[in-house]
Amino acid sequence: MSTSFLAINFAYVISAALFIFGLKMLSSPATARRGNLVSAVGMLLAIVVTLFTQGLDYKWILVGVIIGTAVGLVAAYKVEMTSMPEMVALFNGFGGLASMLLAWAEYHQNPELSVFIGIVASLSAFIGGVTFSGSMVAFGKLSEMIPGKAVVFKGQHLINAGILLAVLAATVLFAANSEGLYGVFILIVIIALIFGVTSVIPIGGADMPVVISLLNSYSGLAACAAGFVIGNNILIVAGALVGASGIILTKIMCKAMNRSLANVLFSGFGATTAKSAGDGPQGEVKPATAEDVYCILEAASSVAFVPGYGLAVAQAQHVTRELGDLLEANGAEVLYAIHPVAGRMPGHMNVLLAEANVPYDQLIEMDDINPRMDSIDVCVVIGANDVVNPAALNDESSSIYGMPIIETHRAKTVIVLKRSMKPGFAGIENALFYGENTRMYFGDAKASIQALVAEFKSAD
Amino acid sequence: MEAVFLTFVFVLAIFLGFELISKVPSTLHTPLMSGSNAISGITMIGAIATLKGDHHAFAIVLGTLAVVFATINVVGGYAVTNRMLEMFKKKEQGGAK
Repeated sequence: MSTSFLAINFAYVISAALFIFGLKMLSSPATARRGNLVSAVGMLLAIVVTLFTQGLDYKWILVGVIIGTAVGLVAAYKVEMTSMPEMVALFNGFGGLASMLLAWAEYHQNPELSVFIGIVASLSAFIGGVTFSGSMVAFGKLSEMIPGKAVVFKGQHLINAGILLAVLAATVLFAANSEGLYGVFILIVIIALIFGVTSVIPIGGADMPVVISLLNSYSGLAACAAGFVIGNNILIVAGALVGASGIILTKIMCKAMNRSLANVLFSGFGATTAKSAGDGPQGEVKPATAEDVYCILEAASSVAFVPGYGLAVAQAQHVTRELGDLLEANGAEVLYAIHPVAGRMPGHMNVLLAEANVPYDQLIEMDDINPRMDSIDVCVVIGANDVVNPAALNDESSSIYGMPIIETHRAKTVIVLKRSMKPGFAGIENALFYGENTRMYFGDAKASIQALVAEFKSAD
Repeated sequence: MEAVFLTFVFVLAIFLGFELISKVPSTLHTPLMSGSNAISGITMIGAIATLKGDHHAFAIVLGTLAVVFATINVVGGYAVTNRMLEMFKKKEQGGAK
């Protein structure tokens, strides 16, 4: 073992420690930004010391780094905060692709692999390939280039099961004799790319938080597998950290929808469970005008905004903050209650509201707002539906029964901003809209809130 | 033996990951994802190490592409995470409350 090899690997240990510190600092918004920098320093260190490896072809490294840096920077600074889910999906995919290509390049150079390396090389190619094509489908769905709803076709599960069996067989075959079986490796890559598509396409739009978290986890595991292929600890450690992170987020998202991962992945929710609960909610819808809503808000001493995906679609985060400020100036306590699966990725609403300069101490989690819901004067639901549907608590026949919700119906008054009476993603009626204390304020969320802001301003 | 050693590291890192990430508040889940995404760009160093001078064209193509995509992940991931975290602010001093 040469000195330079040892030095490089010791530097990797420092990098790993910096990644861990960085993630630890993400546990509070106050230190998070520094944590990200610490993590970036760890990465920079790892990259720089790797450049001291003997016999490198710097020309191509430079080409790759320049292209990658340019694309990465442009993407990072151009993206709108509302498009963050697409962006993360895309990056997940690139991570998977890089790991797949790395395993391939390594195999291409040293086709004679041991059984263990053969297995991890096919794993790396498979997970990387699935991550890539799956993320591309997720990206397409999120950016509405392909239909966002669940696409279910006959025999879907059979096909997917068949694909998995084929990969298993190919891996065994490949690991036993990697040198002569270049074609089998290519086959694994192709199958992986197909499987990514067939496994993500049946998953509907509002289940995207789960899918993105899962793909995030895969991208880490792919890096991990690639680390096994080249026998590099830092890839394994970093990949495992990311893999664990994605798994935890997936678990949180599933819990917030009261569904198992298997149910999200295989049921094609939204396509198959379009109707339930026969007679629908009783009562009368009470529409309100901007003036009515203004009068209610003006008299309120505590207001909780409950944002959903509709807020992102309408780009209403800035006007919402403006309204929040006016309410505060008017003496009300203003909170933003956020359901874990509101939006299209974990934490989506928090980022949008942070962009609009809402201080993070006003962003309240579901479990913290529900106990004090009875004392809230007005809940303003903006573009959220299923996450505030009381059927989840009291209608056992409902397909969302058991899902934790933000219990807005317990507030003294609920104002629901909505474009129409159309049901949400789960395709079920929402009894909240017919509630005794609910007023419906129809219209585009942004325009509606702008009208309220105007009311407040003209009253001064 | 090396396989055992690497697996050992892997298992410990997974447990460490669970411990670390379960402490991240849901407010920061989006930056957590994009930040961990950047970390998964660690593949970049593996890709760099495959680009040795004495190889034939196809391996170089694969390696260079791997460097490109991993670099996008690293640079884009850290940059966008930084951009997001910059926006998370406490209530400004001397505010209404």
